[in-house]
Amino acid sequence: MSIEVRNLRKTFGSFVALDNISLEMPTGELVALLGPSGSGKTTLLRIIAGLEMPDAGEVHFDREEATNRSASERKVGFVFQHYALFRHMTVFENVAFGLRVRPRKLRPPEAQIRSRVEELLKLVQLEWSGKRYPSQLSGGQRQRVALARALAVEPRVLLLDEPFGALDAKVREELRRWLRRLHDELHITSIFVTHDQEEALEVANRVVVLNNGKIEQAGTPEELYHNPATPFVYNFLGNVNLFHGRIEDGHIYVRGMPIALSPNGHELAHVNGKDAVVYVRPHLLDIALSPNGKASFPATVKHINAAGSKVKVELESQWGDPVQVELDHERYRELGIQRDARVYLKPRENKVFIYQI
Amino acid sequence: MSSAEVRAPNSIASTPVHFRRATAERPLTRVILIGTALLFLSLFLIIPVIAVFSEALAKGVGVYFASITNPEALSAIRLTLLAAAIAVPLNLVFGLAASWSIARFEFPCKNLLTTLIDLPFAVSPVISGMIYVLMFGAQGLLGPWLIAHNIHIIFAVPGIVLATVFVTFPYVARELIPVMEASGTDEEEAAITLGASGWQTFFRITVPKVKWALLYGVVICNARAMGEFGAVSVVSGHILGLTVTMPLYVEVLYNDYQFTASFAVASLLTLLALVTLIAKRLLGGDAAELPLAAEAPPVTAGREAA
Repeated sequence: MSIEVRNLRKTFGSFVALDNISLEMPTGELVALLGPSGSGKTTLLRIIAGLEMPDAGEVHFDREEATNRSASERKVGFVFQHYALFRHMTVFENVAFGLRVRPRKLRPPEAQIRSRVEELLKLVQLEWSGKRYPSQLSGGQRQRVALARALAVEPRVLLLDEPFGALDAKVREELRRWLRRLHDELHITSIFVTHDQEEALEVANRVVVLNNGKIEQAGTPEELYHNPATPFVYNFLGNVNLFHGRIEDGHIYVRGMPIALSPNGHELAHVNGKDAVVYVRPHLLDIALSPNGKASFPATVKHINAAGSKVKVELESQWGDPVQVELDHERYRELGIQRDARVYLKPRENKVFIYQI
Repeated sequence: MSSAEVRAPNSIASTPVHFRRATAERPLTRVILIGTALLFLSLFLIIPVIAVFSEALAKGVGVYFASITNPEALSAIRLTLLAAAIAVPLNLVFGLAASWSIARFEFPCKNLLTTLIDLPFAVSPVISGMIYVLMFGAQGLLGPWLIAHNIHIIFAVPGIVLATVFVTFPYVARELIPVMEASGTDEEEAAITLGASGWQTFFRITVPKVKWALLYGVVICNARAMGEFGAVSVVSGHILGLTVTMPLYVEVLYNDYQFTASFAVASLLTLLALVTLIAKRLLGGDAAELPLAAEAPPVTAGREAA
C-alpha cells in the first residue's frame, strides 16, 4: 500500500513537532525516517498510524484519504520502541490478540488462529516461545514477538518506532539484517524511525532526513550520502570536519590558503567575497609530513586510535580547531606518526561539501 | 539484582569488625531502634488486640456467640455488609474512571479533581456526616422537599450508605492513579493498532494490568467502609436494629456497660482488620513485583523461572 502525507502540521503547546510535511512513500518500499531526537520523526509515524491527530494536513493510504480513520481501522502494524508486549499474556496470546479481538463474524476459528500464530512464530524464529511470558524473553526476542504480533493482522503497512533502539550493538546488527530479509520476503510497505544514520543507510531503500519538524532531504541512501542537500544532512550522515572559509573569484580560501578543488556541484565561478563553510569527511583528509601542494594545513597529532578497520587520528589545527582524520593502516605505518607530531593536512579528493553563508 | 543484596550482609558477617557500610549502624543503635519500634507496636497494637479477644471470650464461648447472633447484632452486621456492598462497587467504578482520566488525559480542572479526591482524607468524618445532615436533614436544604415526598435519608439506611460512600471514595482511585501513570499507554496503543475496540482494550489490557492495585484498593476500601464510625454516627440516629452498624453497635453496647458483648462485636471488626492486613500484604507483594518484572533485565530471571 502506498502512503502519502500532505502538509502535515502538529504542535505540542508551543513546540512545533511537524512543520508542513509532505511526503510520498510508494508501495513495497522500506523507508527510514532519520533525524535527531525532537525532529518529529516519531510524531510523523504516529500520525500515519492514527495514534496522533495532526493539527492540519492529510494522510492518504492508496490514494484514499485516511486522516479521519481511527487507529483500529487503519490496518497498520505498529511496532513500539519498547515493544509494548502485553505482559500478562503468553507470547502465543500476544500474537493471537489481533485475531481474537475481531468481531465474531470476521474472527477465524480457533484452529486457524493457532496455525497462524505458529506460522508467525516460526517466521520470527521463536517457535519454542509460545508458552513463555514476555518478561522471560530477551530484548531481541521481545522485539521479534512484537513484530509477529503486528504481522498477525495482515497489516497493509508496517510501522516501526526505533525498532532496535533498546538493543545492544550485536543483536541490533543481526536484527537489522533480519528485518531487511523479512522485507524482501514479504514486500510490505514499511516505515521505520531511527536516529542512527548507519542503520538508516544500511536497511532502508529510501531515507527521509528530518530536522526541527521539517524534511531536510529524501532519497536513496546513496544519493543522501554522496549528494547531501544541506549541511545538516552532510553532518548527520557521518563524522565531518568543518572549516570556515571565504570564496574569492571562484576559489575557496581557508585561513588565507586556497583549496584547489571543485566542490559539490556548486557554481562558484561567479561568486566573489562570500563566507563559506567547508565540510570534509575524516576519510577524505590525508596527512603529510611536509607541506606539499597548496592546501596543506599545519596541525598537531593529539590522539591515535589504531584499534579498528581504520586508524582514527585526532589533531588540532594551527588555529586550535579539532580535526579528525581516518587513515588505512598501510598509510599509517608509512607515515609513522606519533602523538604531538607536527603534520600537514590535505583534502584527498575533490569531494568536499561547501555551503555558502 | 536481589542476590547481590542478599550476599552483601553475609560477606560483612564473615569478615567481622573491619568494614561497615556507610549506611549501616552500630549494633547498639540498631538494637535501640528496633526495640523502640517493637515496644510501641506491642503497647499500642498487639496488647490491645489480645485484650479485645480475651475480653470478648471472658464469659465463655457460649456468651460470645450469643452476643454476636442476637437480632440486634445480626441487624448491625447486615447493615454494615449492605453499606459496604453498595459503597465498594460504586467506588470501584468511580476509582477506575477517575484514575483512568487523571492518568491518561489532560483536561481543565485536572488538578482540582486530584485534590478533591483527597477531600475525605482531609476532612474529619464527623464533618462529612454533618454535611449530609445539613443537606438532607429535617432543617436542611432539601429537608422540606424530602419530607413532603416521604423520602428518609438522615436517620435512615440511605444516609448511612451515602456517608460510607463519601468517606471511602478516595481509596480505589488513590491506589490506581500511580499504577496507571507508571504503566503508560503503550500496551493500550498496541491493542488499538491491532484492531481492538475501546472496551476490548479496557477489559483485556488495562484491567489485567492494574488488577493487583485494583484488588488492593477494593480490600482497603472495604475495610474502611465496614469500619467507618464518625460520619455514620452523625447520620445514623442510633435506632437499634435499624440504623446501627457494627462500629456503632460496639459503642452502644459499651455505653450500656455490656462489655463482653461489646468486645465480642469488636472482635469481629478486629478479625476483619486482620484479614484485610493479610490480604493487603499478599496483594501488596504482588503489586510491587508486577512493574518490576516488566522492567527487569530480560533473559536471566525468566529462563530460570521457566
